[in-house]
Amino acid sequence: MFLINCPYCGERDQQEFKAGGEAHIERPKQPTELSDDEWAEYLFMRKNIKGVQFERWNHAHGCRKWFNMVRDTSNDEIKAIYKMGEKPPAQ
Amino acid sequence: MRNKYSVFSLIKNAFSYHENWQRAWKDPAPKKEYDAVIVGGGGHGLATAYYLAKKHNMNNIAVVEKGWIGGGNTGRNTTIIRSNYLWDASAGLYDHALKIWEGLSQELNYNVMFSQRGVMNLAHNLQDVRDLKRRTHANRLNGIDAVYLSTEEVKKFCPIINTSPDIRYPVLGGTLQRRAGTARHDAVAWGYARGADAMGVDIIQNCEVKGIKRNGDSVEGIETTKGFIKTKKVGVVAAGHSSVIADMAGLRLPLESKPLQALVSEPVKPIIDTVVMSNAVHAYVSQSDKGELVIGAGTDDYISYTQKGSHQIVEGTLNAILELYPIFSRMRMLRQWGGIVDICPDASPILSKTSIKGLYFNCGWGTGGFKATPGSGDLFAHTIANDEPHKLNAAFNLNRFVSGDLVDEHGAAAVAH
Repeated sequence: MFLINCPYCGERDQQEFKAGGEAHIERPKQPTELSDDEWAEYLFMRKNIKGVQFERWNHAHGCRKWFNMVRDTSNDEIKAIYKMGEKPPAQ
Repeated sequence: MRNKYSVFSLIKNAFSYHENWQRAWKDPAPKKEYDAVIVGGGGHGLATAYYLAKKHNMNNIAVVEKGWIGGGNTGRNTTIIRSNYLWDASAGLYDHALKIWEGLSQELNYNVMFSQRGVMNLAHNLQDVRDLKRRTHANRLNGIDAVYLSTEEVKKFCPIINTSPDIRYPVLGGTLQRRAGTARHDAVAWGYARGADAMGVDIIQNCEVKGIKRNGDSVEGIETTKGFIKTKKVGVVAAGHSSVIADMAGLRLPLESKPLQALVSEPVKPIIDTVVMSNAVHAYVSQSDKGELVIGAGTDDYISYTQKGSHQIVEGTLNAILELYPIFSRMRMLRQWGGIVDICPDASPILSKTSIKGLYFNCGWGTGGFKATPGSGDLFAHTIANDEPHKLNAAFNLNRFVSGDLVDEHGAAAVAH
């Protein structure tokens, strides 16, 4: 359990939020052209990093807005939070 | 030579104050080369090594473990064993394991305290009732014992459950698998370790894998904290850390690692003689032989390797436990812990070859791997020894995420996720 600094509401308890998994997975621009392997990559394969990971979160019980987070999954320490569409910070 | 455990060895050792018991397994330094190396000394990894040696005559093998054996999820679960899964492939896999459990203590000459006390799954809404009835029929078609119980029968089987229609999520019925039950988790790891060691398997603890060396598309060996080990076959059974090992080989897996929590109460006199699981309110409980209530909670929804878990998850589970079992309202909890579970998108495991020759993965067991330990080891050993899956684990290949032939057990199979 940890605190999350929502870019719209400020610091709130983690239980107000919903984790949305790995960030920056781009939706295929040409879905009809994709091979089965490429679909598997997009739909199922995940980095699942132990260490610094870029991920999406949703303030489900607050403003309900999505945003991005850089978090160390080995100790749950939050490194950075940035809005959707913003460039991810260099790590 | 390995001394057999028996009532006579117990008496004999009692005379020397139990100070001269033979070591259950050796503590060897790694050799330069093995025919196969298993990465991960949990129950599944040790079982794999045991069956490789026993059934496939591969004795020049090693198990490398970064901590101590059985110190990961094998020692951190709620020890529930059952095989009442919905789909044919899962039923085959888990019932194979259950059949081995039934004779495991005798086979290993090690008491794993397997207790077929039954597992009851509760229904709390009409959809639950339909799902559980459907699963009962599916189980019986697959030769797995299953019965559907009415609310009255649930109450009769486990009298402390609150079956009042006035509670928030009333008990509308349930299913019962009588062959299901629990086992002592540590004993499973120790029994397999002792058995494998007796057949010449090297169990190397405090040995973390740092890299996988490849020559083109084949495995050449592993880099560890105890040096390089040459081998042509690497079987990875690393549970929550499977993605970390896969990354070393440049392989991608469809896994997400999340904390799963459990907790035990102070020990009390026998009060619940079965295992009761409830998916809808997410509470499951049994009682250990020491008398502690063993309670399973859910996973957190975010990826984490912290082995902790969030407080509100435990709180939610205890709320549900108290509603279903008002008699537990004064119980105090003794310990809480978290384990890192690797969850597949279809909530089914991966027991598979990979695109890299000589590299095999046994992962993705998610929240329910303990029950499968013997079957998983047996089938994974078969896959490694023959470089081909057994027919019981053929469906659990890595390629199903490309072909779309998933074994979707999410919510359908009494799995509490």
